[in-house]
Amino acid sequence: MRCSAVTSGGAGIALAAALVAGVAWAADAAPAAAARGALPWWAWPAILFAVTLALGVVAVLGGVGGGVLFVPIIGGFFPFHIDFVRGAGLLVALAGALAAGPGLLRKGMADLRLAIPVALIASACAIVGAMLGLALPTRVVQTALGLTILGIVGLMLVARKSEYPVVPAADYLSTALRISGIYHEPTTGRNVDWKIHRTPLGLATFVLIGVMAGMFGLGAGWANVPVLNLLMGAPLKVSVATSKFLLSITDTSAAWIYVNNGAVLPMLVVPSIIGIMVGSIVGVRILARTKPAVIRTMVIGLLLFASLRALLKGLAIWN
Amino acid sequence: MSQEIPVAVAAPQVAPAAGVVPLPRARPAVAAPAVAEEQLAYARLLDRGMKVGLLALTASFLVYVSGALQPRVPVADLPRYWSLPVKEYLAATGIHPGWGWLALLGHGDFLNFLGIAFLSGVTIACYLAIIPILFRKKDAIYGWIAVAEVLVLALAASGVLNAGAH
Repeated sequence: MRCSAVTSGGAGIALAAALVAGVAWAADAAPAAAARGALPWWAWPAILFAVTLALGVVAVLGGVGGGVLFVPIIGGFFPFHIDFVRGAGLLVALAGALAAGPGLLRKGMADLRLAIPVALIASACAIVGAMLGLALPTRVVQTALGLTILGIVGLMLVARKSEYPVVPAADYLSTALRISGIYHEPTTGRNVDWKIHRTPLGLATFVLIGVMAGMFGLGAGWANVPVLNLLMGAPLKVSVATSKFLLSITDTSAAWIYVNNGAVLPMLVVPSIIGIMVGSIVGVRILARTKPAVIRTMVIGLLLFASLRALLKGLAIWN
Repeated sequence: MSQEIPVAVAAPQVAPAAGVVPLPRARPAVAAPAVAEEQLAYARLLDRGMKVGLLALTASFLVYVSGALQPRVPVADLPRYWSLPVKEYLAATGIHPGWGWLALLGHGDFLNFLGIAFLSGVTIACYLAIIPILFRKKDAIYGWIAVAEVLVLALAASGVLNAGAH
């Protein structure tokens, strides 16, 4: 049993290491191979599938969304233009959110009442972000993406999480909207009452989150969760679940902009969606047997590398 | 704000002292609380739509890569195009953005847009399903917010918003 656990844990770390190696190879070989046309057309989707499968595993083990890994890594180290990568990234995040949504809603972990007002703001602003992202020059988008990923790395390093934030009193807006609830905590068998505060500020924050989600196609769990949990005071599990469900709405509006502006290539989108989804299933299976801290450190390292790549691409230093 | 409070501890046995922030109430209940009707309706439709969409996407991709339907852009030419900005790609391939893909569904590559559009449309259908429930429950504020959300998503889907890609 222990041997099996060690093996599975080792497999997770080995997979993450393989991903790093694959990315390094792609960074080195992609431009030259693409220029020479040395690889057959099917090789890139096949490599994309393999890498996104690994990304799906690592995303689960590292506790991050697939979209936040997908865009900087595929955009930085594969021959696809960032426009198509962002379109694919949005659809990858959307598919993951759609798949997770029904279960989270049925269990009462994701809260529709909390999500609906937030989603309206985030989805409207995601349209603006998507249009901005497609209209701005590529180098500006690459540079902004690099800086954003650096910011996400910083957030991952410093942000705390609060299982049950203390909310002394619900604010007037959340009271008027009746945003509160009870969720069942299966680990203790208890029902937990929750309410939120600082609702106007929280909703205002989703203006920025929506714009960034649409502009970079990153998904936005990295921003949703801290705002819902630390700022507005929703319990951590409710925040994580509602954030995941929220992506299905925010990314829908942005995805339509990319689809209608021609920035979606099925040859990138479908292998990526299938790869991430299969990887997530594998990741969940080995999650209990890995050391999350090690994987999380690798994810942070990977994101740091990818952000520098995007930044240097944007600044025309490393093309 | 970020104080950690385990649920087991959170079950209040005594009244909190004056000046102490009250803990979230955790009740020793066996049964999980009931989920709102509109939330279950949303989940039901989302579940079906997601499964149909993913199935359609996978099936259409198999048709695409098998070559059963001639693609609009030959797969062997894709590596020449996928590194271009979207505006240049559209100009080079002569593809019109917006809902023009509907006229190209006979091509293997554009067949995939059925699944993509379906997945992108599921959320709109879910909102449409809960609007009558919200109004029936006299939850007018949420009913109107849901109507506004449908309008926002419909605007995004309409194709009238042209980004004027770089």
